[in-house]
Amino acid sequence: MFYREAGQFKTSYAADQAIFPILQDRLFVIAVLAVAYLVIPFISTPYFLVTIMIPSLIFCIAALGLNVLTGYAGQLSLGTGGFMAVGAYATFKMTTMFPELNIVIVFLLSGVFAAAVGVLFGLPSLRIKGFYLAVATLAAQFFLIWLFNRVGWFSNYDPSGTISMPPRDVFGIRVVGSGAAPEVRYLMVLTLVVVFCLLVKNLVRSRMGRTWMAVRDMDIAAEIIGIRLMWAKLSAFAISSYLCGVAGGLYFAVYLRTVETIAFDVVLSFVVLFMIIVGGLGSVLGSILGAFFITAIPVILTRAPHDLGIPISVDMAQHLEVIIFGSLIIFFLIVEPHGLARLWQIAKEKLRRWPFPY
Amino acid sequence: MRAPATEAANATETGKTVLSAENISLTFGGLKALRDVSFDVKKGEIRAIIGPNGAGKTSMLNCINGFYHPQEGTITFKGVARRRARPDRIARQGIARTFQNVALFKGMSTLDNIMTGRLTKMHTNFLLQAIYWGPNQREEIAHREVCERIIDFLEIEHIRNTPVGRLPYGLQKRVELARALAMEPDLLLLDEPMAGMNLEEKQDMCRFILDTNHQLGTTIVLIEHDMGVVMDLSDRVAVLDYGNLIADGRPDDVQSDQRVIDAYLGVSHQ
Repeated sequence: MFYREAGQFKTSYAADQAIFPILQDRLFVIAVLAVAYLVIPFISTPYFLVTIMIPSLIFCIAALGLNVLTGYAGQLSLGTGGFMAVGAYATFKMTTMFPELNIVIVFLLSGVFAAAVGVLFGLPSLRIKGFYLAVATLAAQFFLIWLFNRVGWFSNYDPSGTISMPPRDVFGIRVVGSGAAPEVRYLMVLTLVVVFCLLVKNLVRSRMGRTWMAVRDMDIAAEIIGIRLMWAKLSAFAISSYLCGVAGGLYFAVYLRTVETIAFDVVLSFVVLFMIIVGGLGSVLGSILGAFFITAIPVILTRAPHDLGIPISVDMAQHLEVIIFGSLIIFFLIVEPHGLARLWQIAKEKLRRWPFPY
Repeated sequence: MRAPATEAANATETGKTVLSAENISLTFGGLKALRDVSFDVKKGEIRAIIGPNGAGKTSMLNCINGFYHPQEGTITFKGVARRRARPDRIARQGIARTFQNVALFKGMSTLDNIMTGRLTKMHTNFLLQAIYWGPNQREEIAHREVCERIIDFLEIEHIRNTPVGRLPYGLQKRVELARALAMEPDLLLLDEPMAGMNLEEKQDMCRFILDTNHQLGTTIVLIEHDMGVVMDLSDRVAVLDYGNLIADGRPDDVQSDQRVIDAYLGVSHQ
């Protein structure tokens, strides 16, 4: 009844190609952004920001990156953790070598290193597909972690191989390191997420996105319409790894602050893959929903008994969390195998007709 | 349908040769798919390739657009001879094709599928694409207009935003033709454009092929099993049998050729 596009006519291709062609969608997105920027930082506790919002937002970028590669370009990858590690170590090295360099620029540059590494490990995709490619990208995962463990230069010869984020200011405000306010960290990560979502959405609705989707859907037909498969696949690897690298840098500098390579092991690759499968392959919205679902739900479930005043032990709460979380994943995948984003789309279709049954 | 086809035939008798294949031989291990096949395609004509199943028709198209590399022979397109070239290069030279079994991008809408046909003609770099507003949007809109004209031309306005996976087979074939036309090819290869269609859909498709040929001036190479269609549409017909070219000429001549009749009806070998 409220979500109806009747009467909204478009008179130009520009209007028809807009990201949110329907007025209600535009209003909804503006409302969400307003809440994220103007309400959440002021009403939420530091605990909520640090344990739920910041990691969820950082994983949004990582999931967005993997979704470019797997969801849009159809190249299965299990190297996400490795590419995130490249971003993390690049951030650490750059900010310790050039302490004066603006930390936001460091984050953006650290993605470039990850992109280069991603292209290198994307080369096998020119010959192999599907599960075999996933196994080939596992090589990236294991090799990169081994490299960062093994070569002391990456951790500035720290005896335990740990890297710690030194404090950095932007325009006189402490944004990372000890003493950085959760609100500031949250707003910085949120802004990066919004910018990257917009950039990726623009890419996937332009020539590049159509190139990737063509390669994903049928590579032979893509070739006969003039697509160079090598260029299409490697560009997907580059942009995907760039985003994963930036996410890795933030994961280290803003969220964990002190990191060992174990934080970027293969489990992380799987977690990000689950995010896009649960959220929805080939969808920007799916990356966001998946990242929040996988990151936030376990935290909320673990805390729930305590918050609700149910007297059960911490162990018990954690076991229950695993059970409920697993069931939720299965439930959502049975309800809609194409992910939460599709579920949202179906809900909108239904709303469009409501209250009429046809 | 017949009259304009013959008119076009007369007009193109003197047309320049767009594509010529000389002494093409293609073998897969011991199997000879094509033996010493030579034929040419003149500008503006509709050229049919017919023959029984397994005669090498699709192999011939695959050679022309670079999927297969014949062991012997040369293919000359627009005056440039080539031996080995990648399919995407050949697409950029101006050869488009459709497949026997529909090869659309299932996850994309009709419009996006047709827009992929414009990829080789779009040039903004990825940074401008990421920013979108500005040069990229202008380019998107310019190419959207071209695609909309093709959508008009093939009468598929109503399915513009439908994911192609949901379309019936006949419409999918039409979208595939639209995608090929979006490339504005000089030479269009159609591999059984009417396979599995009912009479009405076939009539539509015939009309679109003729319109493409007449209005857009596209040269067409066509593989088809429906003899009525082939004889009506095409200016010249090449007949393949077991990889050999057994006849080549105007539809009427080919129809009455004894070797062609034997190939199609079978003949007892004593």
